[in-house]
Amino acid sequence: MAKEPFAQSTSRAPISQRAQRIEEVEKKAMVDVVIDDIEVKVPMGTTILEAAEKVNIKIPSLCYHPDLCLAGVCRVCVVEVEGEKNLQASCAYPITRPINVTTYSPRVRRARKNILYLLLRNHYGECYSCARNNNCELQALAKEYGVRTYKFGHLDKPRFEDDISSYAVERDMDKCVLCRRCVRTCIDLQEVGVLEAINRGSSTKVATYLDKPLHDVICINCGQCINRCPTGALKAKDPAEGVWKAIDDPTKHVIIQTAPSPRAAMGEEFGLPPGTSVTKKMNTALRRVGFDKVFDTNFTADLTIMEEGTELLLRLKKVLVDGDKNTKLPMFTSCSPGWVKFVEHFYPEKLDHLSTAKSPQQMFGAVVKTWYARRNNIDPNDIVSVSLMPCSAKKFECERPEMDDSGYKDVDHALTTREIAGMIRESGLDLPNLPESDFDDPLGIGSGAALVFGATGGVMEAAIRTAYELVTGEEVPFENLRVTPVRGMEGIRTAELPIKKAVDAWKFLEGATLKVMVAHGTANAKKVMEMLSRGEIDDYHFIEIMACPGGCLGGGGQPIPTSPEIREARARAIYEEDEGLPIRKSHENPIIKEIYRDFLTEGPCGHLSHKLLHTSYLERGKWIGKQPKARKKTAARKKKK
Amino acid sequence: MPMRQGPVIFSEIEPYAGIKKAIEMGSGAVLDEVKDSNLKGRGGAGFPTGLKWSFAVIAEAERKFVVCNADEGEPGTFKDKVLLEEYPGLIFEGMAIAGFAVGADCGFLYLRGEYRSMVPMLEKKLSEMRTGGALGKKIMGADGFDFDIEIRLGSGAYVCGEETALIESLEGNRGEPRNRPPFPVNTGFLGYPTAVNNVETMTAVPHIIAKGPGWFKTFGTEGSSGSKLLSVSGDCEKPGVYEVPFGITVKEILKMTGAAGARAVQVGGASGCCVPKKEFGRKISFEDLSTGGSVMIFGRERNMLDAAENFLRFFDEESCGQCTPCREGVPVLLEGVRTLKRGECTKGYLDDLLSLAESMQCASKCGLGQSAPNALVSIINGFKGDYKLSKKIKEERAFHG
Repeated sequence: MAKEPFAQSTSRAPISQRAQRIEEVEKKAMVDVVIDDIEVKVPMGTTILEAAEKVNIKIPSLCYHPDLCLAGVCRVCVVEVEGEKNLQASCAYPITRPINVTTYSPRVRRARKNILYLLLRNHYGECYSCARNNNCELQALAKEYGVRTYKFGHLDKPRFEDDISSYAVERDMDKCVLCRRCVRTCIDLQEVGVLEAINRGSSTKVATYLDKPLHDVICINCGQCINRCPTGALKAKDPAEGVWKAIDDPTKHVIIQTAPSPRAAMGEEFGLPPGTSVTKKMNTALRRVGFDKVFDTNFTADLTIMEEGTELLLRLKKVLVDGDKNTKLPMFTSCSPGWVKFVEHFYPEKLDHLSTAKSPQQMFGAVVKTWYARRNNIDPNDIVSVSLMPCSAKKFECERPEMDDSGYKDVDHALTTREIAGMIRESGLDLPNLPESDFDDPLGIGSGAALVFGATGGVMEAAIRTAYELVTGEEVPFENLRVTPVRGMEGIRTAELPIKKAVDAWKFLEGATLKVMVAHGTANAKKVMEMLSRGEIDDYHFIEIMACPGGCLGGGGQPIPTSPEIREARARAIYEEDEGLPIRKSHENPIIKEIYRDFLTEGPCGHLSHKLLHTSYLERGKWIGKQPKARKKTAARKKKK
Repeated sequence: MPMRQGPVIFSEIEPYAGIKKAIEMGSGAVLDEVKDSNLKGRGGAGFPTGLKWSFAVIAEAERKFVVCNADEGEPGTFKDKVLLEEYPGLIFEGMAIAGFAVGADCGFLYLRGEYRSMVPMLEKKLSEMRTGGALGKKIMGADGFDFDIEIRLGSGAYVCGEETALIESLEGNRGEPRNRPPFPVNTGFLGYPTAVNNVETMTAVPHIIAKGPGWFKTFGTEGSSGSKLLSVSGDCEKPGVYEVPFGITVKEILKMTGAAGARAVQVGGASGCCVPKKEFGRKISFEDLSTGGSVMIFGRERNMLDAAENFLRFFDEESCGQCTPCREGVPVLLEGVRTLKRGECTKGYLDDLLSLAESMQCASKCGLGQSAPNALVSIINGFKGDYKLSKKIKEERAFHG
């Protein structure tokens, strides 16, 4: 195969959607193909669609997605293959012998147009009131193929109720064209399996278990389905109205924290190529939209490293020195709320492996309504804390009832990159042409280590940069601080870090080898958890898991479309920006030093840290129905002691 | 033995004659004989069985499977029911020979859910054959010839008669057709090479092996050797299952079954085509009128648009809902035929419907969608007297919902 989609390697990907049985030797063989009289050589097993791309022939497609397994269900991409009686779906036709393809014939044109009329027949809803207006694949196809009438009819009233039960993902099945990308995303790519097609014939629809509201099933809110929906059938819950209201209220102090990933992707919403970093223009834009302060989530990403890194070292000490049987290793990161809910549902018995550190978003919320409020003499009641996140699951996270350790709701509104871009557009701002400006003080200072959180392996890299130095007193032994073994886009990666010499406080680690693992996408997370259940990774110490393929920069709140190339471009932007920053290690962030000096005086994992910056989890299991209320953290901790 | 008569399937044969001969000849020769017999798939598509098996033979894999498709769901088809009830041993023998030829040690009988009452009888037959040494390890004492059969039930979905949907269903998934290629002979059940054959095809195999391809080819036409079981129903005096040599004309069938007043014959069930009186000279064969076995006879008083509507309603329920042309196209055609019946369809809209039908035939993912418009198209073209077009210039666009 020329390209293996991300979902291909997951265990749930159905055999039917994998490619033909091709022997490894044969895969290297090249096959001659003629496409519209152009000759091209492709590796055995390449699809017609991929081969056509190579010679710059565009075949329209809808159900095809580069991350997903083959489907061949929309039939928009049909072409003529010489010798075949019927048209063939080019996205699903593996080339295993020399063939002659015509991508355009009267029969193909008629078929494509008729299929478009059929797709539009049940697509209810107007383009101008749709979240995907001007970024809709169905709309684009209708334009491309000159659809001027609804030849085979069109719905004049809705058939379904919108499902707005979830804090993160909203479903409007009237706009669904049954391409099943969401089904393939949920089942094959993420292995969560919340969405599946039910019924037959014209009653077919995509539904949850027993057609229950999304909130009541085991959805982890990762939003990967939204990123791959060709129409507006799936979208993130948009809290912009509430944010506007706060901005318009002069008594409110509205602050926004911006996560590292949106800045590497927001340009795409304004026509810039993927991988264009717009950090400083974004700051200007957010100020002009009306936010009183523009802060950087990287600050609390650094704080996360301090807390989570210390927690790891303490756990190591408890296990290696004290021989504590109740302390669990390996420790897993807990920054990704999709991943956290995944564990709560699928592996509730493994929750003790999760770091208790809150995610940077929630740490930020807690710090703003305490330390920041006190320093600046603002009543926390008047602070509206908004976050710009690449993530739909963050919306769920900030609504978790236990996330109120500041005494207030830690984060009031979590907005995605797409929604903030919408607010910027609505303010009449043209982001690419705005002047640059910096973040506000004091919570606008973050290290490069925090910035790389956005990419898969980033939390691990940041943790290694800090923990290694705390333990050994020396900088990590990598050129220019690039911890390359944990970088990349492979599903699961591992690295070993020998600790030859340790400072006195961590002497017990001298001679040890720190073993770490990184995985992204919950399908890979599942593999890791299965390994853990089988006891195969007991010798690992620290494991980073991000729910979304590519990490946060491939998050469910990022600009649409997504593809491996787009995610790699965003990662490059983040790594480049890291190298240009003056501070590149979390523990060197001066505000971090300050907060531990002035506020969290007992240091990382101290009493106040525990109150404000750590959390507990809920054993949800796969029980479907109304979710039980969250335990209060304090009660949970008491029980533990 | 049952009292049925016919040239091939219903002809006399000693139990296990095919299997014994097959072991004598060796698997290569079995494959050659089946190829030589020009046996084609009896499910309706008519793919050469020997060729299908040879693909499964050359596919490299640790395991291979044989599946007998007993999901007889085509409206008006009931000949497999007769075979399953009266000749189960012959079917299983055919499967074992298929397993021998392709190198499979496991076979599935995928039985239509509605036929579940047959299961005890079929299981009894299977255990009889196991005891008799015709199934299990070392069949008939032949070293290395292991083959056993498992019965799996469908759940009433017509589309699971499509071989790849059948395999999905066998694997425990929603019964939806796969992309082809890869074909099941290369990537089938659990990804292994799998030969899927119709009940009738499997039943023909022991006869061919025992009596030789030369004998088999004395029946039928040049392109369609052997015989065909027909399930004849509708406006006739003697409905039932008949075995006829290929090449028989529609007229001869009507005479045989006492259907003097027929005005139309639907050959091939809901997915087949409708033959008007003036074409009754056409022959049942892969070259002319291909059928999985269904022959429905329509008398003088029938309006063929009613039949077309009925067929489309069937497809509307039975489409798996996966691909656009079939899922969305069938309801449009159904609404179209209703408009036509009401006399409200304009010439322009009829052309649109025919263009849609053509697109469905060539762009649907599987045979269901590809053949769903067949009946309607043949009725629109062959029975122009059954409907009147509206004189309106412009169609009032049909809204639905």
